[in-house]
Amino acid sequence: MTVLAVAEHRRGELRDVSDQLVAAGYDLADETDSELHVAVVGGDTAEYGDRLNRPSVDVVHTVEAGAEFNHDVSVQAVEQLVDAVDPTVLLLPHTVNGMDYAPAVASQLDRPLVTDAVDLAVDDDLTVTRELYGSKVETTVDVHADRAVVTVRPGEWPPADGNGEASVEAFDATIDESQVRSTVTGFEEAVSGDVDITDADVLVSVGRGIEEEENLDLVRDLADALGATLSASRPIVDNGWLPADRQVGQSGKVVTPDVYLAIGISGAVQHVAGMKGADTIVAINKDPNAPIFDIADYGIVDDLFDVVPALTEEFQ
Amino acid sequence: MKILVTVKEVTVVDDEFEIDGLSIDDRYVTYDLNEWDEYAVEEAVTIAEDVEDVEVVTVTVGPERADETIRQALAKGADRAVRVWDDRLAEASMLDPATKARLLGAVAEEEDPDLVLTGVQSGDDSLGATGVSLAERLEMGWAAVVNQLDLSADEGVAHVHRELEGGVDEISDVELPAVLTIQTGINDPRYASLRGIRQAQSKDLAVKSLDDLGLGPDALDSPIEQTALYEPETEGEATLFEGGAGETAGELAGLLREKGVGQ
Repeated sequence: MTVLAVAEHRRGELRDVSDQLVAAGYDLADETDSELHVAVVGGDTAEYGDRLNRPSVDVVHTVEAGAEFNHDVSVQAVEQLVDAVDPTVLLLPHTVNGMDYAPAVASQLDRPLVTDAVDLAVDDDLTVTRELYGSKVETTVDVHADRAVVTVRPGEWPPADGNGEASVEAFDATIDESQVRSTVTGFEEAVSGDVDITDADVLVSVGRGIEEEENLDLVRDLADALGATLSASRPIVDNGWLPADRQVGQSGKVVTPDVYLAIGISGAVQHVAGMKGADTIVAINKDPNAPIFDIADYGIVDDLFDVVPALTEEFQ
Repeated sequence: MKILVTVKEVTVVDDEFEIDGLSIDDRYVTYDLNEWDEYAVEEAVTIAEDVEDVEVVTVTVGPERADETIRQALAKGADRAVRVWDDRLAEASMLDPATKARLLGAVAEEEDPDLVLTGVQSGDDSLGATGVSLAERLEMGWAAVVNQLDLSADEGVAHVHRELEGGVDEISDVELPAVLTIQTGINDPRYASLRGIRQAQSKDLAVKSLDDLGLGPDALDSPIEQTALYEPETEGEATLFEGGAGETAGELAGLLREKGVGQ
């Protein structure tokens, strides 16, 4: 049996999630006494193939397929590789690009798909642990099939490290250009304003709990009183209440301040990915079950509209 | 031109809740139009306002209760709606992406749209796979996690930005017909006007069974099964300040001063 994990790269770099996929693949291969194969499609396959040669990897497949990810190309390449290797479990990343091709791969291969795994186990069936309702609860999903496609949440497995003894093999995929219906024409960095939240020592960060745009002054006043920089979680930026360069999280900035004060932020996984590296995390949220309290060092379970003005007053 | 928008009624769980078997106890849930789908509806309605002769049809899989949710989309400007339901769906603990694509795909084949819009993911299951599964099934082009859309119907192309991680957009051209999964923040979803809400009541909402769609009972066969639902063990070791707001704010202020903040 074989477990196959497909790495991810972008603009000349293998992305961190790749080594996490190798680690998830290793756990699964170990549990099922399977071989572990890793693949990379496109980009600098020579360099990436070398990098992915981690301990316990049996084979690294490199597929020449253009410089950047294109889902139509990846779907065809991975499908052909799966036909050749016949993995029991195909692991893909639950990233933006993973979401852009994993469902099509599963559909093409007619294999069941379970996305956004935070844990994997094998008994008789493959059991995937995933989160529901914005991380409020966890669920286990059993796959009643002998083949499956699973996408893995970034940041859940510690990355594989070191050099292994895998054989690195080039795999020739035949790309049917008539099936390529999309073209990547470029990339664009989010416009940045005059504030760099990644430079701040203290961030006062505001989320959905603030309810109305008018209420932002409450946290602005606090940030001013503390000499801190104001940042935000996604909904605030989506609403246009603060510019995109203030957004902390997976699609925004990754910040590592000395103190991160999360106000009315539930702590969705995409947000946490951007701020878990802060030295001290303080959360103010009225929901005692909010996932932000799982990573906070200090917390106040109370209404922010009571606590924030009182805190501001302490510093005036 | 016809735009099909797939929408979902999502389960919203209260802050405090109890688990009943494989679901959240009814007493602690409400239902709403999926947040991502709101942006998809808005995008479709905006296109219909800008381009002549565009029909916007919404489709959902859900019980009668979901009519209320789908009327929200009608109130915001969608022209008509289709709801797919079969009582056997009530027993399915979790619809896998392939099953969902089969049901929605059957409607899409009947409607034959030029463009299909859907949310990136749902707020409850968060599988994030419906749109791309559907595209593959319909043999359409697609793009996932779209945060900017410029439709060029004449050229038969959608110019899109896909929101990658770390504040980087990928810019792509996608051939039409296509399925685009829409990210929050792409637009500013409108509130339904009173007039819109009134008009929605008289708009066509067709209910279709599996039979109506030419699907056999095996269309619901799913290879995945939900086996447990539980509250995750809290990994948190947060020190909680307790008491009234004045008290907790005072203690937090002390901590912050200790860390050299606000000095």
